[in-house]
Parts: sequence; C-alpha cells; structure tokens
Amino acid sequence: MENFPLVLIISSIVKILIVVHLLLIGVMVMIWAERRVSGWMQDRLGPNRVGPQGLLQPIADGLKFLFKEDLIPDHVDKPLYVMAPAMLLVPALVAVAVVPFGSAITVFGHEIPLQIADINIGILYILAITSLGVYGVVLGAWASNNKYSLLGGLRSSAQMISYELTLGLGIIGILMLTSSLSLRTIAVEQGAYPWQWNFLIHFPAFLAFTTAMFAETNRLPFDLAEAEQELVAGYHTEYSSMKFAMFFMAEYMNMIVGSAVTVTLFLGGWHFFGLENMGGPVWSGLISFGIFFVKTAIFLFVFIWVRWTLPRFRYDQLMNFGWKFLLPVALTSIVVTGILWITTNSRLIVGIGNVVSAFIVVSIVASLLVMKTPKPAIQDSDNRLTPSALDAIE
Amino acid sequence: MLIDYLPILLLGLFAVLFAGINLALTHILGPKRPNRVKLSVYESGVRPVGDARQRFTIRFDLVAMLFIIFDIEVVFLYPWAVVFKKFSETSGLFILIEMLVFIGILLLGYIYAWKKGGLTWD
Repeated sequence: MENFPLVLIISSIVKILIVVHLLLIGVMVMIWAERRVSGWMQDRLGPNRVGPQGLLQPIADGLKFLFKEDLIPDHVDKPLYVMAPAMLLVPALVAVAVVPFGSAITVFGHEIPLQIADINIGILYILAITSLGVYGVVLGAWASNNKYSLLGGLRSSAQMISYELTLGLGIIGILMLTSSLSLRTIAVEQGAYPWQWNFLIHFPAFLAFTTAMFAETNRLPFDLAEAEQELVAGYHTEYSSMKFAMFFMAEYMNMIVGSAVTVTLFLGGWHFFGLENMGGPVWSGLISFGIFFVKTAIFLFVFIWVRWTLPRFRYDQLMNFGWKFLLPVALTSIVVTGILWITTNSRLIVGIGNVVSAFIVVSIVASLLVMKTPKPAIQDSDNRLTPSALDAIE
Repeated sequence: MLIDYLPILLLGLFAVLFAGINLALTHILGPKRPNRVKLSVYESGVRPVGDARQRFTIRFDLVAMLFIIFDIEVVFLYPWAVVFKKFSETSGLFILIEMLVFIGILLLGYIYAWKKGGLTWD
C-alpha cells in the first residue's frame, strides 16, 4: 500500500495524456466530419484536397490559426479579452475527468479503471464544471465591447442557464433508481442489454436531457448566440487567430464530453450485449473502450444530422420551449418515477408511466399555449409588432 | 477520499498549461501589422455609433433570477434522489410525500411566474 499514490499518479498522468490527446484528435475529426457530412447531406463534396479525403484539413486550419495575427483591438477590456478563451477551454477540458470510458485494464498486477478520477459526486462535478463555461462566453462578449458580441453573449448565457435546469432535472430520475452520483456506478448498474439501459426507463427525461444538451453546446437548432444572419459570429466576433480557434475547440470538446456523458447516463456506457466481458483482463477493457467510443461517435453524428434537419428557433420560441415544455416534462418525470416506484417497484411500469405522463403534460401545455385568445396584431403602446403579435397574425 | 481528486488537479494544471501555451504561441508566432481599421470595432463595415456599454432588455435579468430560484430547488432534489431508493424500502410513503410537498411549492412558484408573464419572452 506504500506505493499506492505513486501508481495512482503515474497511471493518472498516462490516462490524462491519452484522454486529452484523444479529445484533441476527436475535435479535429469532428471538424473534418462536420464539414464532410454537411457536404454529403447537401449533395456537395466538402473539403477533400488536404490529405486523403481531406483528413488533414483540420491540421492545416490549426497551423494557419497559429500563424495568424494575434490582434487585440483598441476598444476591448484587455485582461478579460485575453482570458476569456482560456476560461471556456479549461472547463471543457477538465469536465472529461469523471467520464468512465471503459471498464478496467490490469497492468502489472494493478487494476486500473479507465476513468481519470472516479469521485463519488461525479454528476455534480460535471454540472458544476460545465456551467463554468458560461463565464468564458459572457466575459468574452462583454470584454469585446462590440454590440454583436454583447447581444450574442447575453443570448447565449440566458439560453445556457435556462436549459441547465432541464439538464439537472433530467438526471434526477436516474439518480433515484441508481442511488449514486458516481458516473461509474451508474454505468455499471445498467445491464449489458439495451432494454436494461436508462433511456427506456426514463425516455421523456432522456429526450429532455438531450435537447437541453444541444442548447448547452450552442448547436443548431439552438445556435442563436452566433446566428450568422443576425449577429455575425456572436460572442467571438472580435476574436482572431488562435483565440478564435480556442472558442471553436471548446465548443467541440463540450459536444464530445456531452455525448460521452449522455452515453454513460442513458445509453449503457460501455455495455453492449455482453461483448465487453470477452477476452482477458486487458482485452475486455480495450473492447469496452471501443464500444464506448463507437456509441459516442454515433451520438456525435446525430449532432451533425440534427444540424441539417431542423431550422433555427426564434429567440422567444427558444425561451418558451425551455421554460414551458422541457421544464414541466422533466419535473413530471421525477414525480411519476417516485410515485410508481414506491407503489409498484417495477422498472417496466415506471418506464411506461413516464412516457404516458409526458404525453399528458405536453398536450396540456400545448393546449394552454394554443387555446389562449390571440392578441390583436398591433397592441404595443408604441405600435410595434412584437413576436407574439406576429404569431397571432399567422 | 481526498486522494481521488488528485488526478483532477493534475488535469486542471494540464488544461491551464495547454490554454496558456496556445495563447502565448499565437502571440509570439503571429505577425504584428495593426492598423486603424483593424483595431476599430467590427460592425459589418458600418461606422459604429456609440459603444456596446449600453442598456439592454430587463428580460435577461429576469431569466437569471428565475434560474437561481429554480436551480437551487434542483440542487436540493439531488440528495433526496440519492437516498430515495434506500428509504423507499422502509418508509416509502414518507419520502414520497416529503418530495411532493417540496415540488408542490416549486410548482406554485412556477405557475405564479407563468401567470405573471415571467416565462413569456416578447
């Protein structure tokens, strides 16, 4: 037991290096995949010149970013302007620490779990660290002293905090039936087969959580913070060179970590039909990592797919959707899970009850919103058309 | 155990170092050719009027306040959710009613905010 911290330190440094590099390579592949898949979905080619299939394009982009002029405009608040990209990038990198990306590998007689830190408050840690990202966005926007940036930053921060509620509430149903905040325990508790995974038991919460995650990562259909037609580039309008690339990297890292967390919480982590138990103590660990990797990759593909399927929300629709639809659905799922678990003790009935109750809640909210008497088109004191007035005309 | 947090500290140091090196490298490697147009505010080529330190809609503040209220409620639900299963075996009705009262109060606030138009964005 004397050399325990030494093993811990060495193994964690190795794991950190591997995970961080995987994350950075993941970001590069995502940037490439985003453009190639977009091209494929829009029946065009996408970048295909640099390297085979354009695979080296992100590296070329990265080098170019590095050698571009690091411009600090006159009108900005200098310390905050320089710090903001780092304040977004650091939480994005640190959040990956508690994600279990495989079962365990035995090396030299030491069993090493495939996770940087297995802390017992894993979910709280993830929620805490990812919400720190808001600071990077809002401070970068404010420090830029640019109207586009400020509006983008305000929109983004309001959106992120609104959807964070749903993100937090969506997990509670799982915690109730797992009794642990550790991501590893939650992954282990889900069995090897898809019908044992959490997304079936907590289906409405799963949908609400995934939607909230799209909003948290500022992806379409929730990318109002950088709606090109309205705000140029949103909160990073005034940024250039590597600072701009850091905002970009952080966004993609958040996507990757978010997908990994969703896979862990709802999609059974590294389990897949018992495949993860095959082979010896080393191979089973590597296979489980492979399964986790594939699941995360599929989920990331869904991110791109959704981007080219759904149009962007209008801002009032975005806020209405978050506060009036997702929040009640997530809250109902907690109450229903509690009541049905106490009365029946059956996961099947909890799963069915969740779906039924979500339908009821959505229809109640929808009828409340639809059946309210439409306002006259021009009602404002200064005779302006408001978004809801436009709705009424339609 | 506190030792569990050691890897997070290491990763944190690594992340800060990574961000710092990126910022420093681009500052050293990039050319320095500033001019007056580059250093001015970017507003799509239109001459800027005033700066961005202006008043903006109060709605953002309202959202922030609502967020704090509801987020604290959510955080209070976490410890309850973790012990839920353990208690459900012995005193299920008790823990259920406890939660229903808590969520009921939350719901009252939610309905009040909705009725007052706090959740409506115009």
